[in-house]
Amino acid sequence: MLASPLPVPPGGRAFIDVTALSLDFPLYHGGARSLKKTVLSGVSGKVGGRLGRAGRSPDDPNATRRVVVQALRDLTFSVRSGERLGIVGRNGAGKSSLLRVLGGIYEPVAGRIHTGGSVNTLLDTNFGMNLDLTGRENITLRGRYVGLDATGIRALEEDVEGFAALGPFMDLPVRLYSSGMVVRLGFGLATAIAPQILLMDEWFMAGDSRFRDKAHARLETVVRGAEILVLTSHMPDVLRQWCTRLIWLEAGRIVADGPVDDIMTRYESGAAPAL
Amino acid sequence: MSALPSVTEPSSEPDRDAAGPIGAPGSATALAGAAHGGSLDDMPEMLIDARLGRRVRGLAARADLRDGIALWRLAFTLGWLDIKLRYRGSALGPLWLTLSSAVMVGSMGFLYATLFHIGLAEYLPYLALSLILWQAGIGGLAGEACNSFIDAEQTIRSMRMPFTVQVIRTVVRNVIVLGHNVIVPLVVFAIFGQWPGLAGFLCLPGLALWLLDGAASCYLLGAICARFRDVPPIIGSLLQIAYYLTPVIWKPSQLGARSWWLPINPFDSLLEVVRAPLLGTAPSVFTWVAALVYSALLCLVSWRVFVRARPRIAFWV
Repeated sequence: MLASPLPVPPGGRAFIDVTALSLDFPLYHGGARSLKKTVLSGVSGKVGGRLGRAGRSPDDPNATRRVVVQALRDLTFSVRSGERLGIVGRNGAGKSSLLRVLGGIYEPVAGRIHTGGSVNTLLDTNFGMNLDLTGRENITLRGRYVGLDATGIRALEEDVEGFAALGPFMDLPVRLYSSGMVVRLGFGLATAIAPQILLMDEWFMAGDSRFRDKAHARLETVVRGAEILVLTSHMPDVLRQWCTRLIWLEAGRIVADGPVDDIMTRYESGAAPAL
Repeated sequence: MSALPSVTEPSSEPDRDAAGPIGAPGSATALAGAAHGGSLDDMPEMLIDARLGRRVRGLAARADLRDGIALWRLAFTLGWLDIKLRYRGSALGPLWLTLSSAVMVGSMGFLYATLFHIGLAEYLPYLALSLILWQAGIGGLAGEACNSFIDAEQTIRSMRMPFTVQVIRTVVRNVIVLGHNVIVPLVVFAIFGQWPGLAGFLCLPGLALWLLDGAASCYLLGAICARFRDVPPIIGSLLQIAYYLTPVIWKPSQLGARSWWLPINPFDSLLEVVRAPLLGTAPSVFTWVAALVYSALLCLVSWRVFVRARPRIAFWV
């Protein structure tokens, strides 16, 4: 296990610049999913009749108005090569949304985001694998995604196979794997490709304990290779171990940004966010 | 309380002249342990500036197209694996499609040849070709286009990947299906000794147009259907109507003098540019012009919709 944050690869140029970033998250439910109802309510809304109003109460399950969650509000920060940024905050504070925005999956409604360097996002608990495909096919797809040629894909296959030790299961659909095998394959695959910017969700640090030491060593290699790490977590130990800097998110806003120990002390004492 | 640790450093001024979102899905990644070499020029960058609004939306969509095409190997593999998955565990594999098409062409051929009072030798090759081109071509692709983004939900939510990859994947999948089904009309042609000859090669530009239109409908229907989940059934009903209004099981000549309205139906000219050469006749210039005009309209509308919808698709699926 690590005693202190990992050393920084020298000469890195990766960066993340976030300016006045806001993200609205539309939630579609009931009538908002229906073209027919949306068009009808648009028409009746323009006519201004009573019928239009009846369908527009927010409690009405047929309401066509979508609910918009303000996931992130006016965030501004920069991360330079060598920084290990942790993001803390309660459930629903916007941690995962922020990771997805940094990874370019969600595009913000306001503000600007600029990243330099190859990005790998470890977010999905299925590691982005297709459970109906075999382990080998999933590895091929990942290799193609990062633009590897046939030789590269073979090397990737060998590397992941060596780590996951699936034996004959390599050529069976992932759906048939035990949960431990799924984690080993997915983890091995996700960590086989070393990006310059690594965006990682906290569950990645969990996993069963026997597997953990082996995984930890491998994760360490990837993190060491990455110029920037952004990690979301609830776990103080994990954050203290891996990060050099913390951003505390509360209701989509930055409450505090600074060295790990300062922020962690405040966060753990449950100090009311000074909004 | 002591002062909070500083809240963020001042933001750097956005350099406007460097604008233009560059979507690079990890194109410069290396295997673990490999060093990150390379100069600043080949470092992938991503710039999304919502403040520039609609001015850069078109650029972002173009970047999506370019990056998606660069990932064609991935898209082809995805399309092929879709087919493999669909028929995994069945002995005949994708040839099941061929078999079921053959049964349908056979049974419908005898029925309608009788109903229409047309000789089997004249009718069956026409029906076999039309039906396959519709079911595995135009109609099949239009139906699958609806799900091109919805089906990729998990991928879209877990990594940044050009939507164009999903579009190419859907088109590739349908080309494979068409390739398997085309055996049926070929066998029928062989039985009745009716070969189109060299004129048959004139179907190639038509097929190229189909690829373009297929991709365009994936952008269009994929985006709309991701947002409005009641659209796929509506598209299904419309396709059903189009199937009967288009000369697929009946021949244009059966309409006689009333066939003047056929060009109003875009499916008719699009079907004809591929079908006519394979039946040994060249499509008329008018048919080609109509097909090109309809295709241009489709591409234009699709692109505009995609440019607008692209940043939102990840929230919709």
